[in-house]
Amino acid sequence: MRSLNLSAISDADRRACEAIAGEAGVNLKDCYQCGKCTAGCPLADSMDLMPREVIRYLQLGAIDIVLDAKTPWICAQCVVCSSRCPQNVDICSVMRAVRLASKHAGKRPVPEADIFDDEFIANVRAHGVSNEQYLAAFYNLKSGHLMQDMGNATRMLARGLVGPAIHNTKGRANVAAVIDRALEADAERRAKAAETRGGEA
Amino acid sequence: MMKYAYFPGCSAETTGKSFTISTSYVADKIGVELVEIPDWNCCGTSAAALTSPELAVALPARSLAISERELPGLDVVAPCAGCYRSLKASLAYARESQENRDQIKRIINAPYEAKADVLTLLEVFESDDVREAITAKVQRKLRCLKVACYYGCAMVRPADVCECDNVEDPQQMDELMRLIGAEPVSWAFKTECCGAAQQMTVPVQAKPMIERIFQNAAANGADCIVTSCPLCMLNLDMREAEINAARVARGEEPFDIPCYYFTELIGLAMGAEPDEVGIGIHFHPAKTLLLQRELDALELEYAENEARAAEERKKAEMAAKIAAKKAEKAAKAAAAKSTDVAAEAEEVAR
Repeated sequence: MRSLNLSAISDADRRACEAIAGEAGVNLKDCYQCGKCTAGCPLADSMDLMPREVIRYLQLGAIDIVLDAKTPWICAQCVVCSSRCPQNVDICSVMRAVRLASKHAGKRPVPEADIFDDEFIANVRAHGVSNEQYLAAFYNLKSGHLMQDMGNATRMLARGLVGPAIHNTKGRANVAAVIDRALEADAERRAKAAETRGGEA
Repeated sequence: MMKYAYFPGCSAETTGKSFTISTSYVADKIGVELVEIPDWNCCGTSAAALTSPELAVALPARSLAISERELPGLDVVAPCAGCYRSLKASLAYARESQENRDQIKRIINAPYEAKADVLTLLEVFESDDVREAITAKVQRKLRCLKVACYYGCAMVRPADVCECDNVEDPQQMDELMRLIGAEPVSWAFKTECCGAAQQMTVPVQAKPMIERIFQNAAANGADCIVTSCPLCMLNLDMREAEINAARVARGEEPFDIPCYYFTELIGLAMGAEPDEVGIGIHFHPAKTLLLQRELDALELEYAENEARAAEERKKAEMAAKIAAKKAEKAAKAAAAKSTDVAAEAEEVAR
């Protein structure tokens, strides 16, 4: 934990943190900072904030620190933290909510993670199913990691696991429409929430 | 005949091919019919959940609604753990309230009442009927094979969604392995995360997750890791070579731990050849260990037969000795009796 100038934290900051907790269905006051989430986290080693610290900063209203943190983007969503929390705080959902808030604030502390998810959904929107070989190829192009897993791609080809053929579901136009309506509903919900919080995005 | 709606998932024909092949092999043998949901779509997995909560619910709901319409009355089986978790989370949300169901129906633009349950393959295999059917079909037990049963996260967590009562130490796969004669080891990484998609997005940070899983399996004497998820399998089996290369470069011993789907091992026990259940297309060589353990099992069986025969011989010898002693005693008694009779007769004659 860094030391924090609490007098610089505004009401809006605090409300933004509460909104994230609300999205995750969590009462931040339930957390008494025991650190069990962090102890069990398989990626804590690589995080800039420990999972426990993310919750602590949210409790304190330090929204900027939280939205700029790499931690929620490194999180693999394995849910060990939530399942071991003695207070039933769903930390994993908090990570997801922070990540979404960060994304909607136009931040992407770990660009690769954001690129991957966007490419994944674009792939599903186009074909109805995920075509792993093209997902990997587009991910490499957009993330700039051109050679990542190229050796493995060769090994997959040799085993007939992937090929150039693209799989499509018959109803892929219908899947695309479902995705669009879901994202519209998402945007509506966020707009409404922002309105009730008093205008801040 | 048990019948289920089947959600194959996007990896079924690609990276998870061996899981599909072995699942259908075993299902055929035990009379479980899997009917593919027509025109199913990608479950969205964590990418959807990390894009939008509405999307995470809607993508699985579309397939579940089709299943409800086209395959009414059938529960849905999703062998891939990632698919299972997405489908099950969407189902849980739909079952929460009429309001949630109405919202889903609006987004997927189709009727949907969230009637059918969503199951993992392990749950299907948990029933007594299936266990009996497996036991009846086992042709050779995979004795001497020490397996680390690896469940990963998505089948057990979140515990309330997955309705899992043993998140830290699940047993379904262990029990199935015992059923086919394999020996599950006790280890600590049963439900540790394999890194999932983070193996692509943050590979430097995520690679140690895989290495630790191999390390703990090895430390507990496992010959191999048994999985129930195509993404866990890919991350472990395909990346073992990278991890080994890094270990060798650091001057550490490489691992030699093949990975199998639990369905592959059940298929083998039912008499399948390794290639018939997809073991031939693994990344890490996976056939030698099976041959070695088959040989060990034969040797063990031979030794057991020898010991049994020796035991029988010993018993027979003892029984013979006892019989001889008894006969000796009886003869002595008879002799004594006949001398008595002779003496008596002599006396009478006098």
